[in-house]
Amino acid sequence: MSEPLLSVQGVKTYYGNIIALRGVDVTVNSGEIVTLIGANGAGKSTLMMTIFGSPQAREGRVIYEGKDITRRRPDEIARMSMALCPEGRRIFPRMTVFENLQMGAIVTDGTGFDRDLERVFTLFPRLKERLQQRGGTLSGGEQQMLAIGRALMSRPRVLLLDEPSLGLAPLIVKQIFNALRELNRSEGLTVFLVEQNAYHALRLAHRGYVMVNGVITLTGTGKELLKRDEVRAAYLEGGKGGVEAAAGH
Amino acid sequence: MATDDAVSARTEPSPVVAALRDAAMWGLITLLLTGPVVGLGTVASSGTYGFIQRWPLVFSMTAIAFAVRFILMMTVWRRRGAPAPRKVVADLPKSLDSLRKLFIPVFVLLAFAYPFISVFVAGGMTPGRYWIDLGVLVLTYILLGWGLNIVVGLAGLLDLGYVAFYAVGAYTFALLSMNYDLSFWVCLPIAGIIAAMFGVLLGFPVLRLRGDYLAIVTLAFGEIIRLVLINWREFTGGASGINRIPRPSFFGFEFVPSGPTSFAQFFGITHSPVHRLIFFYYVTLLLAFVVLIITIRLRRLPIGRAWEALREDEIACRSLGISVVNTKLTAFSLGAMFGGFAGTVFAARQGYISPQDFTFLTSALVLAIVVLGGLGSNLGVVFSAAVLVGGVEMLRNLGFLKQIFGNDFDPTTYRMLIFGVLMVVIMVWRPRGLISSRSPSVFLTERKTVSAAMVHEGRG
Repeated sequence: MSEPLLSVQGVKTYYGNIIALRGVDVTVNSGEIVTLIGANGAGKSTLMMTIFGSPQAREGRVIYEGKDITRRRPDEIARMSMALCPEGRRIFPRMTVFENLQMGAIVTDGTGFDRDLERVFTLFPRLKERLQQRGGTLSGGEQQMLAIGRALMSRPRVLLLDEPSLGLAPLIVKQIFNALRELNRSEGLTVFLVEQNAYHALRLAHRGYVMVNGVITLTGTGKELLKRDEVRAAYLEGGKGGVEAAAGH
Repeated sequence: MATDDAVSARTEPSPVVAALRDAAMWGLITLLLTGPVVGLGTVASSGTYGFIQRWPLVFSMTAIAFAVRFILMMTVWRRRGAPAPRKVVADLPKSLDSLRKLFIPVFVLLAFAYPFISVFVAGGMTPGRYWIDLGVLVLTYILLGWGLNIVVGLAGLLDLGYVAFYAVGAYTFALLSMNYDLSFWVCLPIAGIIAAMFGVLLGFPVLRLRGDYLAIVTLAFGEIIRLVLINWREFTGGASGINRIPRPSFFGFEFVPSGPTSFAQFFGITHSPVHRLIFFYYVTLLLAFVVLIITIRLRRLPIGRAWEALREDEIACRSLGISVVNTKLTAFSLGAMFGGFAGTVFAARQGYISPQDFTFLTSALVLAIVVLGGLGSNLGVVFSAAVLVGGVEMLRNLGFLKQIFGNDFDPTTYRMLIFGVLMVVIMVWRPRGLISSRSPSVFLTERKTVSAAMVHEGRG
């Protein structure tokens, strides 16, 4: 088997003296959608930020495209065609949608900008309508589309997505996840997705990891994990996901 | 609308009566407040205190309060219906658009013609001197405002010690020209570069700081520079400052009455000390335009966009691959460089500098110019510099008020009070500064100005 595109090996991350990741191993192969699910405070976002170099791992290694990026700065990592769509969307509220998308392309040399823009518009036609509007005046769903679109403008090989479903209506979540599936299917974009919305995330993903208290406790294909009793009990039943799961079957 | 008026007319007293009643209330309050405070004064006369009475002043103040309130009630506050729905995108009407296009060239023309206008209006070189001098002062503050605008307005880094770079520029020019006999034009870029280096020097330790913490450290930085200037006597001349700084020349022609290199003699005009001032005005104006063009160009380049993005969201910037370190340092150094230019001009104009010229008050004034003008707006800085520096200077000429309030009224003592009221009024009237709408630096089909009311600080 070929070398994975991204692999996290025994990573330990601290905030000051407090340990957040207690030795995490995750691999993401080229062309895969991999999801990481877990409860609040499990360390999901920390893992994502550690991959991106802020904060840096104190122990262990992060390998991307065969290179050790554990000690690289975020802006260096962004130039290696990895894009991060941070938690809470974090678009630039006072800039227009167009300017936001331009900011996404800041690490590129500017060639192919129009093509990238068209690609984002095909994926999220809504953004084209809102092009001259300020980011801050968009709805939550539109902001999330903008955040993903902005990340895609740097033409990444792998897209790291931190909780894209946060605070969005189920219908919008579905739209966004469909867009991700489409990107993966048609262009082979590798996606590493952190989610609390376990049902949708596991249905979308090829493989999944479950994180509890800074360690990976379970791993398997998306479908396998969906059937596991532990996963159902902890993340699906009783919650919103559980209801939808029941309705979907 | 007509039916609305009819309904309100039936239930409420007529607007004139309501306005009169309201204005009378205000007059009464003014009377009560000013009566004891203004109406009675104490004077020391032959060892004892005596009272003087200034009732005319009290009654004129009351009358003014009444009249102003009444006029406002009848005009500006006449309609108190439901506020019109805010527009997200304000489409500029065609006529306004052409007006706006005309506005900038007229403004530029006016700036270039200003010295001649002031000489003409004041009636002669010598009376015009005061106005040209004021123009140079306002321009210096515009330069400072534009510099600080990059740091505070665009990059969102609150800098309370901006005066430090102003001081570095001024002292660099003064010391270089005194000790090495370098000319103004050689010193200008050097002063800019050295100020920029000080900007980086300040930038490094504060890279991780934001908001209040950053403000405190920059405040300290400004004070450190000032204290060094005071205490390093051998180098800077200490608290007594540097005197007799050489004046710049006009392409080698000096502004002296006669001699082979005399400006007046060469051009065959009668010598006047105001020539030098006019020359200074144009030097500063030109410098201001250079700075403005640089700023406008930079705002369209990735680095300018990165500054604005940094102000909006640092984490998002990092995730997009923007180096926060480089972005902050360039903002600090460029802002500092412009401050250095302003300092050089200031030192050359004054011919004398001392640490007293570079106190925190100057930092505060420049910051006030930027904030009142509207963060990030270059035109706003021009307006607020004109109001805060020029307008406050105007307040020195309040002698005519003596005719209204009587001879006991000393208008100069009210100068800072009026200044304060002015600031409050501007902030109430335009909470986001005089020019608060940010026009996008790129647009596809047409330029649209987005009303500021919809764009709250750092949020949607």
